Amino acid sequence: MSTRDIVLIALFAALMAALGAFPPLMIPAIAVPITAQSMGPMLAGGILGAKRGALSMLLFVALVAVGLPLLSGGRGGLAVFAGPTAGFIFGWIAAAAVTGALVERFWRGLNFVTAFLAATVGGIVVLYGIGIPWISLVGGVPLATAATGSAAFIPGDLIKAGLAAAAILMVKRAYPMIRPAHGRP
Amino acid sequence: MIAGLYRAGDSPLHRMGAGRKLLALLAAGTLVFAIPSPWPAAAVLALVLALYGVAGFGPRLVLRQLRPVAVVLAVLFTAQLWLATPGEAVLVVLRFAALILAAGLVTLTTRTADLVAVIERGLSPLSRLGLDVAKVSLAISLTIRFIPTIGQIAGEVREAQVARGRSPSPLTLVVPVIIRLLKMADEIAEAIDARS
Repeated sequence: MSTRDIVLIALFAALMAALGAFPPLMIPAIAVPITAQSMGPMLAGGILGAKRGALSMLLFVALVAVGLPLLSGGRGGLAVFAGPTAGFIFGWIAAAAVTGALVERFWRGLNFVTAFLAATVGGIVVLYGIGIPWISLVGGVPLATAATGSAAFIPGDLIKAGLAAAAILMVKRAYPMIRPAHGRP
Repeated sequence: MIAGLYRAGDSPLHRMGAGRKLLALLAAGTLVFAIPSPWPAAAVLALVLALYGVAGFGPRLVLRQLRPVAVVLAVLFTAQLWLATPGEAVLVVLRFAALILAAGLVTLTTRTADLVAVIERGLSPLSRLGLDVAKVSLAISLTIRFIPTIGQIAGEVREAQVARGRSPSPLTLVVPVIIRLLKMADEIAEAIDARS
């Protein structure tokens, strides 16, 4: 891994912290705050690719764990990982990896639809696929109950996947970071 | 440099080694989840609260640890009450309260730099498998250094857009910031390589 890779991983971990400082958007109809931060894994994976994207999220999670208040709302420290929703934070690492892997796969003809698909599968399906069973396991509630409680966040996350997809495409046009895989159509 | 959540003090908990505190937390976590009934869980919670006293922290700091999870815990409590027994519902809330407070106590009494040192020490056996611990340390310090920089860049981009009569949206803000970061990465990497 080159020095440039390390710098990129660090920059996207720092970007994730900056997204956490954005004031959350309140949508009265669903009464759930929409934070910019969960766009971070989609952006990191979709722009840096699976490996660097996932490592930048791992680095961010580690910095939260060592006591920096980098989560939206100024939360941080080990207490965050002891709570029932910790799966949604650990899940960012896998979310970036999967978004990145899909964007790499679709890289040559990447358009809004495929980028949106990558952001949705990685940043929503995979993330909730880790976060919901986690609540169920540590909170001792059935999967369906945990899923119902988390569903309110999905509309906001779909908006974020759309924004992330548009950003991934614009950055690809201006400053592509992923090299197309060889031997693929 | 951004301020961590550490609260300075001179209690035995502040002086205890970071690695030991983490091991103790791990043991406490395992114990708390093995507890099958509310009374022992309440005893563990009381012990953790007593340790906040030992560290010199008051009830306000205790409440601050619990506030972010209050809604989720209330939902879990209600779900348990409905699906299981009142005893189970109380147990779940006591467990989380004890564990979250214990974890928060480690964060409050341990400097960020000491916890980073524990990570580096923990990773050093992996250097035999090809992991470069120096690069991990570099990534950690770069991130901490970059966080204020990104806020500054975002501010500049926003001002430039307002000056041109455009109202900044999340997208028109995020894309120029990311492109500036990607360009910066090359310069920073060159500077680091030139120095080493």
